[in-house]
Amino acid sequence: MQTILLRQMQKGQSGTIQAVKVGGELGRRIREMGLIPGTQITIHGRAPLNDPVAIRVMNGTLTLRNSEADYIQVEVE
Amino acid sequence: MTSQSIIALAGNPNAGKTTLFNQLTGARQHVSNYPGITVDHKEGHLEHKGTGVIITDLPGTYSMTAYSVEELVARDYLISHRPDTVINIVDASNLERNLYLTCQFLELGVPLVIALNMIDVARDRGIEIKAEKLSELLGVPVVPIIARSGFGKEQLLDEALAIASQRRQWHPRDISYGDDLDAAIADLMTTIESSSFLDKEYPPRYTAIKYLENDEQILQKGRDTDLTTATRLENIVNKVCEHTVKTLDVYPEAIIADHRYGFIKSILRQGVVTHKFDTDRLYTSDRIDKVLTNRLVGPVIMLAVLFGVYQFTFAWSELPVAWLENFFGWLSTRVDGILPDGQLKSLVISGIIDGVGGVLGFVPLIMFMFFSIAILEDTGYLARVAYMMDRVFRTFGLHGSSVMPFIVSGGIAGGCAVPGVMATRTLRSPKERMATLLTVPFMNCGAKMPVLALLIGAFFSENKARYMFLFTMLAWIVALLAAKLLRSTVLRGAPTPFVMELPPYRFPTVRGLLIHTWERTWQYIKKAGTVILGISVLLWAMMTFPQLPAERLAGFDRERQTVTAGYPATVVAELEQDAGELSSRAAELAGQLTAIGRRQSEEALRHSAAGRIGTAIESVSHLAGFDWRTNIALLGGFAAKEVIISTLGTAYSMGDVDIEAADSLGDRLRKAENWNRVVAVAALVFIMFYAPCFVTVVCIAREASWRWAFFSMGFNTVFAFVLAVAVFQVGTFLGLG
Repeated sequence: MQTILLRQMQKGQSGTIQAVKVGGELGRRIREMGLIPGTQITIHGRAPLNDPVAIRVMNGTLTLRNSEADYIQVEVE
Repeated sequence: MTSQSIIALAGNPNAGKTTLFNQLTGARQHVSNYPGITVDHKEGHLEHKGTGVIITDLPGTYSMTAYSVEELVARDYLISHRPDTVINIVDASNLERNLYLTCQFLELGVPLVIALNMIDVARDRGIEIKAEKLSELLGVPVVPIIARSGFGKEQLLDEALAIASQRRQWHPRDISYGDDLDAAIADLMTTIESSSFLDKEYPPRYTAIKYLENDEQILQKGRDTDLTTATRLENIVNKVCEHTVKTLDVYPEAIIADHRYGFIKSILRQGVVTHKFDTDRLYTSDRIDKVLTNRLVGPVIMLAVLFGVYQFTFAWSELPVAWLENFFGWLSTRVDGILPDGQLKSLVISGIIDGVGGVLGFVPLIMFMFFSIAILEDTGYLARVAYMMDRVFRTFGLHGSSVMPFIVSGGIAGGCAVPGVMATRTLRSPKERMATLLTVPFMNCGAKMPVLALLIGAFFSENKARYMFLFTMLAWIVALLAAKLLRSTVLRGAPTPFVMELPPYRFPTVRGLLIHTWERTWQYIKKAGTVILGISVLLWAMMTFPQLPAERLAGFDRERQTVTAGYPATVVAELEQDAGELSSRAAELAGQLTAIGRRQSEEALRHSAAGRIGTAIESVSHLAGFDWRTNIALLGGFAAKEVIISTLGTAYSMGDVDIEAADSLGDRLRKAENWNRVVAVAALVFIMFYAPCFVTVVCIAREASWRWAFFSMGFNTVFAFVLAVAVFQVGTFLGLG
């Protein structure tokens, strides 16, 4: 078990969100999409230029920029 | 009709809200904009078992904060219109996330019915949802529906109207936010209740939560209504903030979000949702994504799709565009035959018919474009395009979704900025959208192409193809750099969060596509039409008035008489009879008379308001190598860029120049002493980047505001002029002319 940033996760890797370290509009957008501590996520893929990243969460697919993923800490196996 | 109910339809984007709305109202709907913003206000009518229903489709949102216009519109509508029922449509295959918004409706206390949509999709994914159980736990009716097929819609309306008929008070639901926040909420509520703070609009607990969430709109409203209470509330919030940050390292708003999801989970875990098989298996949608967003194949397919949209919009619409052109051409000819020569005829033909034709001429383009964009949007592919292109466009302060407006506007040479500007509607980030809106007119639209072809053909005929390509590239580079410039000056600010859903791929419904396309097109005709007609008449007047003084007209008449007098009467008679094939003498006379007529047109143009402006600004424009003739043509180009050719023709006494065969004008320019290669490049650069044509300007005003429309005219013209002056001065200095 170790905690890494969402940006560092590999394609296909799964993990549980530990913390979302950002407030304001970005923080709220991230949270309202279901990215809150305790949520299971899987990296679905990355765009052709490696950014943004697409993740599977709660039965849906979300995409966010790497710069936004940097605020999300994930606990991985 | 016995009674009337008002129902609002709310839900997440991609939950099938619009599909349900179309299903319920069919064609009986009406789209307008909320005042001052481009969020659609859709209203429809229906009758259900003797009750008339007015149903409003609120913008799709994930939450009810105050960050985006969509959210504000949805919230303000609920607060100020107090609909009898709110139908909250939720996606059954993604229930947990969808219920986040539901939670906020419960807290607000609106009379709620939940439409559990796409139960078929959920079932295919092995998700079974017990609607009665969910209804029992949430305390509101839950009706399973399939919006696409209309399944469950009758029952949904039954439930909605049953609730509406009770006309009951709002019943806010309390959700616990943990010890720290619950204590704070109690504190806040005491203060709120004792001073009746904002209680006309929001339940006290709701206001308290919004204060903890740091909701800008409500904080502002609070300060404006009752500063003392507002300050007391803010102080309580600050203290809680300090405490939670110190002990838990989080802000209250994060705790609130966590608890809302906790509340949802606690409900779903009580036997509401059962998974029949592994949720992690690959769905069809994911399989499609494996190809369409693949690193190598994805971009190639995307380029092909974008090119397809472009082809469809511009090539397929050629036929209806030609019909319209023929019709207006025929109308002009008819009017030409009926009305006597004079100002009225000129006004009707050049002002009104050309104006109306100008408005309607864009209609096929707009229809075809919105139809193809609707397909991309409704299938879910547009979100993938944004996903793949974002890295590139973000560099320039734009958004992945900016690619579509750029392509349509002329990213592939020959587009049109009018549908391009309208295509920016698919962008949800306000600053990125504005920057896109203001820079797409830089692209080489179909109307600029003949002008570019003329100048390139005249001065760089040996490398025509290469230069055309170069100028298309230049348009891209300049547009993107200008976007960057705008985003670091007038549109400065952090990027809007990109966080976005990639909705599962779906087949669009034909009905949805048609309604969508028609709505947009009708809005263009209705809103832009009248203004465009007005400006068209104004431009006509500027190019016509004031007319030449009587003595000059008489002078031209005398010249004609003098010339005619030099020929025998038989030749003159032959010309007057207009007998087709002319003898060489008669042809010679006709040529001389035409030359006089053209000189007269040239002088009349120079004498007109536009001509005077053109002459007056010559002292400035010569910095870029433009004389008064070019200036007038450029003024005319504001009507439509291709008008530059015909105006230039008149200004050089060439008569009416056919756009398709402008070679003679090219020759004339090459010989003119004011023109050389450097001037040509300066003119090309200026024409590519100066003020958009007025139809585009009107569309910018409609999509943004008149302030931005004027900004666009001013900014682009100054920007283009600076570039043109640089080209001319440097080119001349280096002796490249």
